[in-house]
Amino acid sequence: MKVLVCIKRVPDTGGGFKLTADNMRVDTTNVGFAVSPHEECAVEEAIRIVEKHGGSSTVLTLGPQAAGEQLREAIAKGITGAMLLEADDYEFWDPAATAQAIAEAVKPLGFDILLFGNESADACNYQVGVRVAHLLDLPCVTGIKALEIQNNRAIAKRETKDGWEVYEVPLPAVFTVKEGINTPRHPSLRGIMSAKKVPIEQRKVTRPAPQLVRKALKKPQEGRQLEILGQGVDAVPKIIEKLREVGAI
Amino acid sequence: MILAILEISKNALSEASWEVLTAARDLAQKTNSSVAALLVGKGAQALASTLKGVGAVLVADDQRLDSFIPDAFAQIVSSAIAQKSPKIVIAPGTETGNDLMARVAARLNLGLATNCTEFVVENGALKRVTRSNWGGSLLEEVEILSSPILLTLQPHAIPAQMSDGHTPTVEALPVALSEKDFRVRMKELIPSEKKGISLTDAKVVIGGGRGMGSAEAFKMLEELASLLHNAAVGATRVATNNGWRPHSDQIGQTGAQIAPDLYIACGISGAIQHMVGCKNSKKILAINKDPEAPIFQRADYGVIGDLHQVVPALVAELKRLKGV
Ligand SMILES: Cc1cc2nc3c(=O)[nH]c(=O)nc-3n(C[C@H](O)[C@H](O)[C@H](O)COP(=O)(O)OP(=O)(O)OC[C@H]3O[C@@H](n4cnc5c(N)ncnc54)[C@H](O)[C@@H]3O)c2cc1C
Ligand SMILES: Nc1ncnc2c1ncn2[C@@H]1O[C@H](COP(=O)(O)O)[C@@H](O)[C@H]1O
Repeated sequence: MKVLVCIKRVPDTGGGFKLTADNMRVDTTNVGFAVSPHEECAVEEAIRIVEKHGGSSTVLTLGPQAAGEQLREAIAKGITGAMLLEADDYEFWDPAATAQAIAEAVKPLGFDILLFGNESADACNYQVGVRVAHLLDLPCVTGIKALEIQNNRAIAKRETKDGWEVYEVPLPAVFTVKEGINTPRHPSLRGIMSAKKVPIEQRKVTRPAPQLVRKALKKPQEGRQLEILGQGVDAVPKIIEKLREVGAI
Repeated sequence: MILAILEISKNALSEASWEVLTAARDLAQKTNSSVAALLVGKGAQALASTLKGVGAVLVADDQRLDSFIPDAFAQIVSSAIAQKSPKIVIAPGTETGNDLMARVAARLNLGLATNCTEFVVENGALKRVTRSNWGGSLLEEVEILSSPILLTLQPHAIPAQMSDGHTPTVEALPVALSEKDFRVRMKELIPSEKKGISLTDAKVVIGGGRGMGSAEAFKMLEELASLLHNAAVGATRVATNNGWRPHSDQIGQTGAQIAPDLYIACGISGAIQHMVGCKNSKKILAINKDPEAPIFQRADYGVIGDLHQVVPALVAELKRLKGV
């Protein structure tokens, strides 16, 4: 099996967003970077497929040089190769443009399984994977939480309110993955050391004419007024009061 | 024309579809155009007569479309767009709606703004949309240069309003599908085992985070839930990643979106990616030993203390009150 997994470098800002002065970007001064949990699971799934069925796995990102950090993290966990489509302005690429560049880069490589996150952590466009599938004329199942490979076919499952939907498609195929499909492993120390030596194949890409153009980012209203109920166990009577108010007891 | 793509769920229109109709009527009024609704799927014809307040209902009813068949639906929507030349196409920003519209956008090589929350109309034309980023923790204003404009609407962003307007004309669309459009098709549905109250239906949700410390500790949250009406237990990503809880219990950007009357967050710092999953809770109560924890800026009630003392004391008091 030849497996591709696409990831996107995003700021890891649990505490809250600070925007740049022009409101066009998240201010990343003193902020770490991560990839979406969906994509972490896609990376894990790629590693498991190759562990089980043999072959190779490639992690790809369209982003700045610094995104090598996310690529190496994936390699440290067990991905075998990496590709960087270098674009410093990647945050402003619309999903059609990103998909176009990814499709062009991977088309000659003949992957059997192409994994994406269901949606990117920041832009949440829900479409790069679907668009790549269309450009490569491959079947695509979105939002999967289980994947099994048998005789060059894939059985993918989606979880809905009503139950598990089962899909079966021939390979090659594209899947967009949701967190929960597996529990991602942590990289080993040895993995981290050897990941430093794995070469990253890179090429520069330029943004085509956009269809969607960002005008500004803004923060939604947050409006809650905190009432301290107390310290430690002394707060219990007040908690009971609040439980009564909402009819919980 | 504004084309509203509606979603059929269990022989009825989904809640999100009514919101899409509301948004479509609003856009039509502001851009001085009409609304046509598109219903795709087996049984669509029967539902068409229930719609009011739109100019036309386009129906693609076919025996083969007995579940959401993504490429077949996308083919039908794409051909409806080619035939009717709408200015704007809007669909629900649900999992199926986003999947469908991504396929339509890819086929027609058009831009698609997903999960929109607001629309800016100037001089009778849609100029910009606001869409959800980071699962709703941030908003992005976007200009769409491609035409027709393809959108999906963030669920719950616009409350659904019923219309008692005139009864629309119903038009059957020809359904021309190739074998390839059925390449991706559900072959089986394995019903989920119902186990207790689901996170999304519960009136009280008790969430546990890193501060719980172990899978074992979640037993006290289960016990607390059992003493309350309609309560369920949830978790943060740290708790699910540590294997303390299954991923299905995760609340947040990449987990469940909950909207209970009360959310009790135990040992949770209040990261935005977690809070975006519980921001629709009526009230949020946080128990955290760190008075500086960000969750206190995002909660209604705060208890500063060790949850391993507070929760057992609360359980004991509830048992005493109930006489158990
Ligand atoms: C793209 C993206 C998506 C994400 N999606 C999700 C998601 O869906 N859901 C999610 O939860 N997270 C998500 N995360 C992760 C998120 O950013 C946080 O890392 C996570 O929510 C933190 O979990 P926590 O609050 O349990 O842990 P921590 O942040 O470590 O907080 C633990 C808290 O417990 C308190 N505490 C410790 N011991 C005690 C005690 N004995 N008594 C009382 N308080 C105590 C501490 O003071 C601290 O405030 C996502 C991250 C990214 C980048
Ligand atoms: N810049 C990028 N580089 C690599 N993969 C990407 C990039 N942007 C999006 N993707 C992939 O496409 C998925 C869906 O992204 P989106 O359509 O933006 O929600 C993500 O989870 C990634 O797997």
